[in-house]
Amino acid sequence: MSNNFQNNEYAQRDTIMQLFTSTVGRKVLMAITGQFMVLFVIVHMLGNSSIFIPGGINAYAEHLHALPPLVWAFRLVMVCVASIHILFGIQLSLENRAANAETYAVKNLKKATLASTSMLYTGLLLLAFIIYHLLHFTIRATPDIKIGVDALGRIDVFGMVTNSFSYGIITFIYIAAMVVLFLHLSHGIQSFFQTMGWNNEKTLPVFSKIGMVAAVVLLLGYASIPFVIVTGILKG
Amino acid sequence: MSHDKTMNLTLHVWRQKGPKDPGKFEVYDAKDVSPDQSFLEMLDEVNEDLIKAGKDPIAFDHDCREGICGMCSQVINGMAHGGQDRTTVCQLHMRMFKDGDTIYIEPWRARAFPVIKDLVVDRIALDTIIQAGGYTSAHTGGIADGNAILVPKPEAEYAMDAAECIGCGACVAGCPNGSAMLFTSAKVSQLAVLPQGQAEAARRVKEMTETLQECGFGNCTNHYECQAACPKGINVKFIAKLNREYLKSLF
Repeated sequence: MSNNFQNNEYAQRDTIMQLFTSTVGRKVLMAITGQFMVLFVIVHMLGNSSIFIPGGINAYAEHLHALPPLVWAFRLVMVCVASIHILFGIQLSLENRAANAETYAVKNLKKATLASTSMLYTGLLLLAFIIYHLLHFTIRATPDIKIGVDALGRIDVFGMVTNSFSYGIITFIYIAAMVVLFLHLSHGIQSFFQTMGWNNEKTLPVFSKIGMVAAVVLLLGYASIPFVIVTGILKG
Repeated sequence: MSHDKTMNLTLHVWRQKGPKDPGKFEVYDAKDVSPDQSFLEMLDEVNEDLIKAGKDPIAFDHDCREGICGMCSQVINGMAHGGQDRTTVCQLHMRMFKDGDTIYIEPWRARAFPVIKDLVVDRIALDTIIQAGGYTSAHTGGIADGNAILVPKPEAEYAMDAAECIGCGACVAGCPNGSAMLFTSAKVSQLAVLPQGQAEAARRVKEMTETLQECGFGNCTNHYECQAACPKGINVKFIAKLNREYLKSLF
């Protein structure tokens, strides 16, 4: 019997290109780009928490943007990472739908969760939120934005944020988006370890718990900011 | 146990004349079913009645009827093999049901498994994946003497756990993505830890996963539904192992 397995065709193939076409390769790309964004989301939350220190977030924002070339290089990397994650996410989801077009009359899922089965939808909702969030606090193009300066002549991020969260609808959008993020990450973080092959019988439940805890911490961490502003716990 | 009490059940069975036929559910009454009967014996009796009435009996796959051949393949109430832990349909017993129950019986559904008739699907795609590399190509001659090649106990056990797969396709039937990743990973893992299989591990994982894609199976997204569906308890740790083997194969 002669086939590819016995001759050495694979040794000559471009292995990196396989990552973009093969079933496991694309899964690995999803995992790595996803994990990049998880790290970003953790650092972003730590940055946001400077709001709890008087004058903290204005100082943080000023220092963060002090070196524009680095800011733009970082943004470029994040756009590439997010694009890979979004495009392959959609492509893989469409393929999976086609592979399982005829569904059962009776559905009885035992291990799959709301989070794991709704990754495409939570992902697209997050994309919509990210676009809104960039228009809102980064490009500052939404009508609620008032840009002022603080006593030290820095852009008053604190005032901008507290002003925005005085609108109920904006607060709702932000907290709802964080719930969606929680759903996406409660499947995504543990999934990363499985996809990278770092799992065995013992580590799988541990990573599942770590992923869930991390997702909850991120939800609480992010949602705490609009919460303390709306409830008046945090005042300027 | 109520050995003498029989039960009456309502069956909604998927009937499909052939691959092109759209198919639909037909309703049958299963009367005086003994709790000691297996699920397939219950269907045998329904078929007896259908034959007596001059109707076409329900076509379903079965062979050994002792849970080791991997032929039987029915989704019962939305669960591959009926959802009892580590049980094939032939080993599922009617004591799992109670009098008056309504039972939905469907074939494995996945693009890679076209329906041949009623509950019988074409699972040749699983063989195609094995043909792509689920073996060692070295010509080893006749059967080697036992223990001629020594394998450490943990690796031997690991390989045996993976080799428990009977190739029934329940993992595909249970997978929301119609993926055969658990099936493929069991063979990849089994051979990757054994001396004869290690040499070709890199080529094997690439060939088998590429063929999985070509056969029309979906991609694995870590739902772990396959492990719950597997009548042999094949663990998703083997999918992690396959991913590991794949990443190693890139270098």
